[in-house]
Amino acid sequence: MSTATIAQPPASMDAPVRKRGLSQWQLWGIILVIPYLLVFVLFVIYPVFYAFWLAHSPESYVKLYNDPIFARAVVNTLIFIFVAINLKMAVALALSGFFLHDRVWIRWLSVIFILPWAVPSIPTILSVRFMLNPEWGIINQTWFKLTFEDGPNWLNDPRLGLFFAMLVHIWKSLPFWTLILLSGRLAISNDLYEAASVDGSNGLQKFRYITWPSISQLYLTCALLSAIWTLGDFNSVYLLTGGGPADLTHVLATLGIRYLRLAEVDLSMATIVCALPIILPIVYVLMKRLSK
Amino acid sequence: MNRFLLRNVANEAKLLLIGIPVFIWTILPIYHLVLFAISSKDSAFSGNLWPTHPTLDNFITVFGQKHYFLIHFWRQLWNSVFIAAMTGALTLIVATTSAFAISRLKVKGGRMVMNLALFTYFIPAAFLAVPMYRTMGLYGLLNSQWALILAMMTIASPYAIWVLKQASDKLPAELDEAAVIDGASPMQLFRLVYIPLMAPSLVAIGAYAILLAWNEYLYAFLLLSRDTSIPLPVALGNFLAADDSPWPLLMTTGLIYAIPPAAIYYVFRKYMVSGLTAGATKG
Repeated sequence: MSTATIAQPPASMDAPVRKRGLSQWQLWGIILVIPYLLVFVLFVIYPVFYAFWLAHSPESYVKLYNDPIFARAVVNTLIFIFVAINLKMAVALALSGFFLHDRVWIRWLSVIFILPWAVPSIPTILSVRFMLNPEWGIINQTWFKLTFEDGPNWLNDPRLGLFFAMLVHIWKSLPFWTLILLSGRLAISNDLYEAASVDGSNGLQKFRYITWPSISQLYLTCALLSAIWTLGDFNSVYLLTGGGPADLTHVLATLGIRYLRLAEVDLSMATIVCALPIILPIVYVLMKRLSK
Repeated sequence: MNRFLLRNVANEAKLLLIGIPVFIWTILPIYHLVLFAISSKDSAFSGNLWPTHPTLDNFITVFGQKHYFLIHFWRQLWNSVFIAAMTGALTLIVATTSAFAISRLKVKGGRMVMNLALFTYFIPAAFLAVPMYRTMGLYGLLNSQWALILAMMTIASPYAIWVLKQASDKLPAELDEAAVIDGASPMQLFRLVYIPLMAPSLVAIGAYAILLAWNEYLYAFLLLSRDTSIPLPVALGNFLAADDSPWPLLMTTGLIYAIPPAAIYYVFRKYMVSGLTAGATKG
């Protein structure tokens, strides 16, 4: 082991200094990455291969294909990703411009604005859930006081249920993306804007020719990363609608757990495998963008 | 002059027109949570928009464990603390040693380890949950809190390694060379130079892992089921099982559960934000 390392030609320019200690440094390097490699093998590689093995039977996929809940979950997932990401990122982009304004009250607002990201999602999602309760919820009670009519049974309508799940998801993740885009905007040199002002360009032109070209790459990375996290958002759907009514608001992330609870592990794994065609291309692009 | 003033007022009004809806949107679910926590059941269910008779009775009930759903409240709070602290400690150990080996010791294959970690970071945790659940069953760890701690460490460490590696790449190379000339061993370099210099990033990553574990619901409810071993979020979820849930008590417990992570976040905000954005603003 040590002879093999010594026989290697010196790799870096500080070789004269390091030569003597090279094998010792490499040895310690290997010892120090072993803990993570162990974690990786035991809790990532092994479970993933085990999952593929459990989901290897074509019958699972036939069964899955014939389950109307699965088809509905796929459609829901696509809608969820498409609407939630675009809405969230567009609003985050706009709000990052708002938070650029230097006012004391805006600075205080930005501290409050982070709250949804800082608090755990379970209590707040349950809070929204009760707000939407048809009889006792604050929304329908107020509705009744204003119109003397009963409000809609919000979460009993699958389309509204999914819509509110998306809203909850956006509520939770909007601060984070606004913050990231804000830091992107802050990195743009102020000279550019001043020069543009001297040339008489308006706000829209400044955005179009200065802001957007500077942060469009960041925006794209954020949108892709957000796509993956949205795909894996279990809490927003599960804690708000529980997949109901009649299992019509499931997304792939909650459907896998539903099958697990019905003791159909092969279907659960097959569901995850079916999500891979969406995940892997995004992961591939992100890896290329983020690993240098 | 007058026209200038008018334009200023119009500008401020436009900002307020954005600011007020943003404030309401942000605060509404949290306000509702607090409102329920300080209301009696009757008052909460009658749709009052502000507390008519604020009371701390709910907190007394929760702290005194005086409700069927809350018999193990203190135990479950402790479980949450224990799981979060252990996840934080283990993640720090695993991620710091790896980042040091990859970034400073330039271990061979370090780049590949980084890519593996990054790849793991990109797999949504919800999709790894079922395989993890089955694997923990095979390892005989189901219903042990270590299952949850190890799972959370697995999820937290890729990002931790990534951020720490980037932070440690910024330390000057002369450090290592000077240490070698002085005859320091790698472990001495690690202990005496590396750890103190990396302290701010380590604080951020520790807080990140603690928050991740404290906030986790899905893995906790899959891996743990005994009332005495579950952390608080699972106990909150269990409230929903009843038709006639004591919602004010649920919200009170939820509020108590939400305060520590929010406090940690705000205390370490400077570190967290710089650490997080350093990761995300690249590219």
